[in-house]
Amino acid sequence: MTDIVQEEQKITRDDPREVSRRWLLLKIGAFFNIVIGIAIATPVVRYLLGPARRQGAYDSWISLGPIDQFPIGETRLATYSNPYSHPWDGATDQTACWVRHVSANAFQVFAINCAHLGCPVRWFPQSGLFMCPCHGGVYYADGGRASGPPERGLFTYDYKVVNNELHIDAGQMPTLSNQASLRILNNSGCKGCGPCAG
Amino acid sequence: MRWVKQTYDWFDRRLQLEEPIKKEVLHPVPKDTASWWYVFGSAAFTLLMLQIVTGILLALVYVPSAGEAWNSLNVLNHQLPLGWFLRAMHGWGSNFMVAVVLIHMGQVFLFGSYKYPRELTWILGVFLLLMTLGMAFTGQVLRFDQDSYWGLGIGASIVGRVPLIGGSLVQIMLGGPIIAGATLTRFFALHVFIIPGILLLFACLHVWMVLKLGINEWPMPGRIVRRATYVAEYEKLTHRDGIPFFPGAFWKDFFFSGAVIAAVAVCAAVFGPYGPSGVPNPSIIQTVPKPDFFFLWIYAVLSYLPPSLETPFILIAPILAIVLLLALPLFAGEGEKSWRRRPIAVLVLVTVAVLWGVFTNLGTYTPWSPKMNAWSSDTIPAQDLQNLRPVERQGAVVFQSKQCRNCHSIGGHGGQRGPALDSVATRLTEDQLIRQVVQGGGNMPAYGKNLSPPEVTALVQFLDTLHPPGQPSATDAAEAAAGITPSNYESVGSTSPEPGTSTTKKPDGK
Repeated sequence: MTDIVQEEQKITRDDPREVSRRWLLLKIGAFFNIVIGIAIATPVVRYLLGPARRQGAYDSWISLGPIDQFPIGETRLATYSNPYSHPWDGATDQTACWVRHVSANAFQVFAINCAHLGCPVRWFPQSGLFMCPCHGGVYYADGGRASGPPERGLFTYDYKVVNNELHIDAGQMPTLSNQASLRILNNSGCKGCGPCAG
Repeated sequence: MRWVKQTYDWFDRRLQLEEPIKKEVLHPVPKDTASWWYVFGSAAFTLLMLQIVTGILLALVYVPSAGEAWNSLNVLNHQLPLGWFLRAMHGWGSNFMVAVVLIHMGQVFLFGSYKYPRELTWILGVFLLLMTLGMAFTGQVLRFDQDSYWGLGIGASIVGRVPLIGGSLVQIMLGGPIIAGATLTRFFALHVFIIPGILLLFACLHVWMVLKLGINEWPMPGRIVRRATYVAEYEKLTHRDGIPFFPGAFWKDFFFSGAVIAAVAVCAAVFGPYGPSGVPNPSIIQTVPKPDFFFLWIYAVLSYLPPSLETPFILIAPILAIVLLLALPLFAGEGEKSWRRRPIAVLVLVTVAVLWGVFTNLGTYTPWSPKMNAWSSDTIPAQDLQNLRPVERQGAVVFQSKQCRNCHSIGGHGGQRGPALDSVATRLTEDQLIRQVVQGGGNMPAYGKNLSPPEVTALVQFLDTLHPPGQPSATDAAEAAAGITPSNYESVGSTSPEPGTSTTKKPDGK
């Protein structure tokens, strides 16, 4: 009995007509499915990559309010609604930043995120330092690195003063990938206030 | 009761499940494996079932929206009857699951279970561990509070360090430019559909292989695993010295799983649910974010890495570790199984466990972080202020108001980022103190710009009073030898043997 079954299988396997037709159909079927699969998967990949946009695509100029609320010589917390947001974001689109009014029209606007791993830094006016609660990063008043694990100073936003209002170019969470190049701090005035000036 | 038997037969004639199940549960296993050491795998599987059930129950109420998630968690905690208990069961179930999976892994490593022919069982197990940790992290994200928000920030900052494509990866991870609604929904999909789906599939395959390849026999020194002979030897062992898995070994699994679930329930009832902590509003910056227990060790490691090593370490070390774990059964698939003959394996396990314990312990009290409110909440001990001259008392005020306390402790209170200053005067001379304060160094910021000269003088004179009774302040030996008086101020010891009298500091080192 077993011998007969084995013999039949052998015949089926070896029979060139039977095998070639079925196998050909199967191969065509597989090819057909691969084509359809790729055709369907391509838009899925595009969909998944949707959030990735080129540098600055999410950024836009946004007002932090009249410059009077930032007294000269002081560093104050400012908040703004992120320009790119959805109605279901709740309070998460509320973003904070530190505004340092250096002189007349010269500002420094620092991201709230520590340059180490993004925790919110706090300003201590008495000692003139920013301190991070997570891993102990410390920065000087001009954003320069003072101590701890960060490898650079605080991230800064570009700013401009329009109609007596302070505007910054913001829109995405700063990380080393989008702010890695150390910009010259204090792009208007305050020569020598580099990140290392402590 | 004949109708029960008839109904059963009616179903089994169609399902045909009795025979294969009976065959599996009654298969012989080596007698020694009916041990309390072999109960962790089944306990991990039981915990997975618990997590699935409690997770589904929580999903009946939870709203995966950045605007509403936090509120829905509070409704669960405070308004729905026993909603808090289910959250607590799910949270503690997660802790127990990570713990049991880690113990299970340590046990099978120690018992050499990953060797031939169980290599793939181990490799799947490594993925199961990674997915369990992935579930713990994404679960922490779904508890959408301040810790969750800033934890995502840390995750994004790590991903942002990937060369070239880091920026795009951050945007894909967050679902946009910032941590917001899109971030929560994609982590919801990961936590509820993607990871559990793969986890369940892999866990079933893992169990399938345990059934098919047999439970690893109790390792005996000298019983060497060889590819050519192992399977036959194992067969012989199970038939000569085997017992049916059910109930011979199963009853211990059964008991332990029950005990673990009971422990989860007791922890849930006693300690309650995790959070949610503060509302996830990133403009509220008065927060000290901290990861959940099983990620504290990473948190600690990240604070101790030198800045220059950090990016390579973060990006390379995890990949190396995972590759090493996956490759382990491929390069050590034969040989001794007994821990008595594998000293390096034992040493590795002990080292990893000790390192993990040390870093986790450090993570619980974060000595590297400035204590953000120490300057305004911790007072200087009264005895350190007695019999001080006005300028020294002024120095104590400078010490507090300039947030020195956030990093330096006195009397056991304050930050631990910098050294405790209770006896700083015995370590640094006056000149060294001035230099350290003004120029900083060794992880201390320079205060030269933020202290006026009188403030520096006052601060240093106060610091120079901080020494134990009977131990003099440090002086410059060279100046002392030359007979030069380095300063002409008087040091009135808080620790002076005769309170109220002032002693002039002599440059003789006494």
